[in-house]
Amino acid sequence: MNEFMFFINNVLVAGSVSGSIYAIGAVGVTLVFSIMRFAHFAHADMMTFGAFMVLALTTAFPAAGAGFGMPTAVVMLPVAMALTALLAVGIDKAFYKPLRAHGVKPIVLVIGSLGVTLMLQGVIRLFAGTGGQNLYVDDRKEIFRMVLPLEGVRVPVVITEPQLYLFVLTLVSVVALHLFLNRSRLGKAMRAMSDNPELAQASGINTNTIVAVTWVIVGSLAAIAGTLLSLDVTFKPDLSFFLLLPIFAAAIVGGVGHPYGAIAGGFVVGFAETLAVFNWNVLLRPYRDSFPDWLELPSNLAFVGTEYKIVVPFFILVAILIWRPTGIFKGKVI
Amino acid sequence: MNTPTASPNEIAAPRRFPLREVVLFAILLVAVLGVYALMGAAYSTRMLVEAACYAILALGLTIQWGYAGQFNAGVMGFVALGGFCAMFFSIPVNDAFWNTELPGELGRVLLYVVGAVLAVVGASKLDRLGVPKKLRSVLTVILAVVLYMVVISALRGVTGEIESRAGFIGGLGLPAWVGWIVGGALAGGVGYFIGHVCLGLRSDYLAIATLGIAEIIKAFLKNSDWLTRGTATVSPLPWPTPGPAELGFTLSRALYLSVTALIIAVIFFLLHRAYHAPWGRMIRAIRDNEISSAAMGKDINRRRLEIFVLGCILMGIGGGVMTTFNSLFDPQGYLPLNHTFLVLVMVILGGPGNNLGTIFGAVAVYIIWIMSEPLALFLMQLVVNLGEGVFGWDFPANMESRALQARVLVIGLLITLVLRFAPKGLLPEKIKHHG
Amino acid sequence: MPLLEARDVHGGYGGMNILNGINMTLEADEVGVIVGPNGAGKSTMLKAIFGLLLVNQGEILLRGEPIHNLPPNKLVQKGMGFVPQENNIFPSMTVKENLEMGAFLKPNSVKPMLKQVYEAFPPLYDKRHQRAGELSGGQRQMVAMGRALMAEPSVLLLDEPTAGLSPLYMNEIFARIREINAIGVGILMVEQNAKQALAIADKGFVLAAGQNRFTDTGASLLANPDVAKSFLGG
Repeated sequence: MNEFMFFINNVLVAGSVSGSIYAIGAVGVTLVFSIMRFAHFAHADMMTFGAFMVLALTTAFPAAGAGFGMPTAVVMLPVAMALTALLAVGIDKAFYKPLRAHGVKPIVLVIGSLGVTLMLQGVIRLFAGTGGQNLYVDDRKEIFRMVLPLEGVRVPVVITEPQLYLFVLTLVSVVALHLFLNRSRLGKAMRAMSDNPELAQASGINTNTIVAVTWVIVGSLAAIAGTLLSLDVTFKPDLSFFLLLPIFAAAIVGGVGHPYGAIAGGFVVGFAETLAVFNWNVLLRPYRDSFPDWLELPSNLAFVGTEYKIVVPFFILVAILIWRPTGIFKGKVI
Repeated sequence: MNTPTASPNEIAAPRRFPLREVVLFAILLVAVLGVYALMGAAYSTRMLVEAACYAILALGLTIQWGYAGQFNAGVMGFVALGGFCAMFFSIPVNDAFWNTELPGELGRVLLYVVGAVLAVVGASKLDRLGVPKKLRSVLTVILAVVLYMVVISALRGVTGEIESRAGFIGGLGLPAWVGWIVGGALAGGVGYFIGHVCLGLRSDYLAIATLGIAEIIKAFLKNSDWLTRGTATVSPLPWPTPGPAELGFTLSRALYLSVTALIIAVIFFLLHRAYHAPWGRMIRAIRDNEISSAAMGKDINRRRLEIFVLGCILMGIGGGVMTTFNSLFDPQGYLPLNHTFLVLVMVILGGPGNNLGTIFGAVAVYIIWIMSEPLALFLMQLVVNLGEGVFGWDFPANMESRALQARVLVIGLLITLVLRFAPKGLLPEKIKHHG
Repeated sequence: MPLLEARDVHGGYGGMNILNGINMTLEADEVGVIVGPNGAGKSTMLKAIFGLLLVNQGEILLRGEPIHNLPPNKLVQKGMGFVPQENNIFPSMTVKENLEMGAFLKPNSVKPMLKQVYEAFPPLYDKRHQRAGELSGGQRQMVAMGRALMAEPSVLLLDEPTAGLSPLYMNEIFARIREINAIGVGILMVEQNAKQALAIADKGFVLAAGQNRFTDTGASLLANPDVAKSFLGG
């Protein structure tokens, strides 16, 4: 049973953590895709920017969280979301809108977003330096260890405070997004524009408004994902560059332009990663005695080492592009 | 909505005298001479060789992006592959590895790999023997997982042995140019795989996939200590030309420069021929109007794949030449900024699809890039002094390392500005109107 | 003052004119039908009225107010509705949501208008929670027209509303069009099924090569042997 607890910690908890991050990230990417029809490479750095805003605010007001009984970083998150949303709208106005107005091919916007990626990275490193920093400036990171009341179980299930915040906020974001897209006038207009931009325009929907609303949502979600990731590990300026591939893989697995698919895709990629780096020998070890003699299991039965984790989303990406390029939920655009 | 995109600079009228080219290259020449005067011959020649290596990479990217509209966001990966091959073929043979039974062991594992692949492929064809398709798929997946585990465990064993007993497997002791050619071929092979997967999909997908493969190649080279010594790096790499020890820095580098110049000349000539041949016309027709070319019965995907693979081959060769010149193989030294985005700036600034413009862009951007390092430091110091003196700001200590990050910002800004204000580059591709 | 008036309209795409001087007038209580051979500029004229292409000479007036080259969303505000021939619904949204989008600029009138549209197209009420993309061709056309009606337009432009429909559905759609007209919405439509369309039309415009060839009441055009010979297939 202790081996199974090990499995829960290393696969279920870890997979839910990265799955949540990828899911929120992939929703942002897929929203940009469904409204503006291009792969937004700067998304991961918007995430970093959001986390950086939280870092800056937390450093400036380290005790602000005490009044709420929460870590300061979490209290500062709404402000960071607003700032990142503002940044996203500004970036669009300054860099993407002129390109769109020129009627360029989507791939040119992709390259433009790579330029924006570099600019954001440059700005963040310029101010934050290149090293890692802890977002828990003045607070202590709580770690919860729960020993399940089962016979012979000694290994506890370990969940940290930021992970709990992550799960709660992921759920809140998903529900809020669902309500927004299905109940609100602007949300429906967004779906309409994603479905049929010309007709949306002919119905009197102002394209510019929808684009701005999209960026506000995308920026806010990016700030949430970036902050919670940085809370769970540490803040690093190049943190999210390595998130690009899993996030895009998640968006494509879910079917590009399909927000719910992106959420599912995020968890698929997250769990695939943790399952691939998990050493299966741990689970098989208790049954070692019942194996035939000729079968000697190697001590390392992980599919890939943690240093090759990036292979997993790539493998998923290639597999889905070969067998089902529209994704599991039939996205709109291939 | 769709505004008419025909602006005056797009329709380049046939010119009698290439005034623009001459002026731009004259400015470039002055800049190069300026660097020679300021920094000395040895430094400046090194800069030129590196710029020439970048020109090879940029030519690879310009045919992918400029000829065919395919965007490769993982130039770095192909450069690293070329660099690895240059290292592997040129460094001396490691007797500590070859004199043991380890080569045999490694060969045995490689045979396992081949056997496992054959078994899985065989299993995937079981439906032809009457096995139901679902069962076949399940069997294939289970077999693949089990065999993968067996092979990877065997490989982990052998490579661990190699690392502990021989360090790494060493090289082949062949001339560097063999490695360059094989590196080009290897990069082309990887390009074929990626291009094949993304064939017929939106070009965004190719960008994502190349970005991924580049990181994977880097991760592999960085972590495969048995093959590349990983973070311990390999040096010195022998040059195909006499090294600095025999000729001194300036002369040996000048000799190397002539080799790279020769390579560029050959590539340039061949591309020029191909561009004006029916093949090149077809490529451009496909890029400019995909639908009508498809209607004319042209095999679009085939041509695109050819272009993409060709570009990757050039990147592999360029990476090999570059790594040999640096005389150091360091997997961590391959950076998206230096080896993907810098090349991208060279291409879009110089003129995508225009080979001469691309070479101009490569040399010009590289000079700016190299010279911006001291400039960034200087500017940063200025800001710090100003900030402390006038506003009383308190700056953190490591401003120097941060100053270099300002270059990242500048590269990003340059990309977006060029896309917006000079989408055809400084030397636009001359669009010849057919017939 | 006529509801909609076009005076000597020239226009086209990218400098090439397709419309070479078209004149039209439509009163508020009329159904107008534009017919003509392929390439005559029928759909182009409709798009020109709805601001989807450049009018470079002449003018288009809505109740005497010049509207040419205004963007579509401004025209919707001024009381114009447009139903394109293809891609005229939001396929992944429900029927109800499709209709709501039509009244995007008038959120307060969604409820009463929904009721009106469901009354005009009863099948839509039954399918209101279904995705529009899953409906049959005729029902999609109803969704498309219903969406345009939601904005309470004073004039509705329809681009080949019966294209690809069975004769049964065609008659149903034409009947609905007359009903809509009866509640005070001027209708201007382009039709391939010229005979049937002219039969329900108050006014017909026969175009050829981007110019008016015949303009008369629907009935007189049907009776005109020249029109019948050249444009209605004998």
